[in-house]
Amino acid sequence: MKYAEEFRDPAAARAVLERIATMADRIGATPESPVRIMEICGGHTHAIFRYGLDKLVHPGIEFIHGPGCPVCVLPMSRVDECVALAERAEVILATFGDAMRVPGTRKSLLQAKADGADIRMVYSPLDALELARRNPDREVVFFGLGFETTTPSTALSIQQAAREGLGNFSVFCNHITVPPPIKALLDDPHMGLDGFVGPGHVSMVIGIHPYDFIARDYGKPIVVAGFEPLDLLQSVLMVLDQIATGRAEVENQYARVVPEHGNPVSLAAIADVYEPRPSFEWRGLGEIEESGLRIRPVYAAWDAEAKFAIGYGAGRRVVAEPEGCACGAVMTGRIKPTDCPQFGRGCTPEMPLGALMVSSEGACAAYWQYGGARAAAE
Amino acid sequence: MCLGIPGQIVAVTDEARLMAMAEVSGVRREVNVACIADGPPGDLVGKWALIHVGFAMAVIDEAEADATLRALRGLGEAQETLQAMEAGAAALEGRG
Ligand code: SF4
Repeated sequence: MKYAEEFRDPAAARAVLERIATMADRIGATPESPVRIMEICGGHTHAIFRYGLDKLVHPGIEFIHGPGCPVCVLPMSRVDECVALAERAEVILATFGDAMRVPGTRKSLLQAKADGADIRMVYSPLDALELARRNPDREVVFFGLGFETTTPSTALSIQQAAREGLGNFSVFCNHITVPPPIKALLDDPHMGLDGFVGPGHVSMVIGIHPYDFIARDYGKPIVVAGFEPLDLLQSVLMVLDQIATGRAEVENQYARVVPEHGNPVSLAAIADVYEPRPSFEWRGLGEIEESGLRIRPVYAAWDAEAKFAIGYGAGRRVVAEPEGCACGAVMTGRIKPTDCPQFGRGCTPEMPLGALMVSSEGACAAYWQYGGARAAAE
Repeated sequence: MCLGIPGQIVAVTDEARLMAMAEVSGVRREVNVACIADGPPGDLVGKWALIHVGFAMAVIDEAEADATLRALRGLGEAQETLQAMEAGAAALEGRG
C-alpha cells in the first residue's frame, strides 16, 4: 500500500480496501475472471490513476474507463468545422483551453491560432458574452462543449444574450448527454460490464433518476460518486455490495452535493434552450441516437450552425480517424491504452494523434502521465 | 473543464443579472448565481458554492469545500482552473 500515505485519511482508505477485498473474494472475482466496473466520468479516470486506485484494489476488480471526457469524444468533423469558423475574418472564436489541442483533419485550434485566427481561450461562456459586448463589430462564437455539467452555463448565456439583444454572440453547440452512450455500451454484446461508478458533477445537474434504466432494464448497479479517492473506493464497495446481494439499484454516494432530482434552474434552462438531435457522432463510438443537443429554433439567432450555415445536416461528412489510432477500442474498454500501437510512439501529450491523449481526463494521457511514476515506484 | 471548484460568495455585483463576486483560492471572479439563488441573491453572501465554468451550481458547506479543493489540488485541476480564469481575463483584454 505504498500510495496510502497520499490519502487524507489513510486508515479509512485501508479499511475500505479491506472490505472491498473481502467482498470481491465472496463474489469470486479473480484476475482471470474480474468484476468489470466502468467509471463514466473522465475526472474519475484521472483520480483513479493519480491515486493508483486500480493497483490498490483487489486484483479481481478491473476498472473500465468510460467515454466521459467530452473533449475526447468530440468527432474530428466538428473540430474541422470549428477551425473553419475561427478562420473567418469577422469571427472571434472563444473556447475552453481543453479543446485547443484536439486534432482536426487539417489542424487543431492551437495551430489555427498560430496561423493567425482570432481564438481566445476563456474560462466561462460569460467571458465570451463580455467579448461580444466589447467587440460589437465582430462575431463572437463560443465553442460550446461538455456534458450536462456545462450545458446549463451555455443555456443561461444564450438566454442572457437574448435578453440583452446581443446579436453578435452565438454558440457552436456540441453539448452531449451521459445516459445515451451508457445505453449504447450496455447494448454492445462485447462489453460485459458488471456495474458503474456514476459521474458526480453531471448528476448534480440531472439528479440520479436518468440512470434508472441501467438498474431496471439492464440489471446493473450504478453508484454516483464524489471525487475524493475515498469517495471512489466507497462507491466501488457499494457496487460490489449490490452484486454480492443480487441487487441492481441507483445509489448516491455523493448525496452531500447531488440532489436526487438535480438542479431545477439548470434543468429548466437546458429544456428552454436545447432539444435533442436525432443523433450525434462520438469519436470512437460512432453515431448515437439522441445523445447530442442542438439549439431550439426560437434561439436560432444565437446558434452558430444556423448563422453560418454549417454543422449537422449541412453537408456534414464522417471523417475517418487517423491510421493506426485505436481510440475507439480504448474508449469502449476493449483494449488498454498501452495496447494501442501508437501509444508513446506516434501519440504523446505533446503531439497527440488521438483525443484520448489531449485531455488530462483522457485514459491515454492518464496512463502516460502516471505510468512513468508508477513504473518507478514498482 | 468538467469539475467544479469551490468558491465563497463575497458580494452581489449585479442583482438583476444574478451576478456575484466569488473568491476561489484567493482569486476573485464574477460568477452567475442563478442556479443556487432561491431567494434574494444577497442571502448567498458568505456561503460556499461549487463553481463550474463561471456558474455557481450547488451550495456546499465549508468542510465539503475544503475537502473538494484538496482533491482538486491533488489532481492538478485547481491550478488548471485558476490558470483558465487568468486566461479568460487576458482574453477580454485581447491578450490571450
Ligand atoms: S494512444 Fe493515441 S491513438 Fe492510441 S488510443 Fe490513445 S489517444 Fe488514440
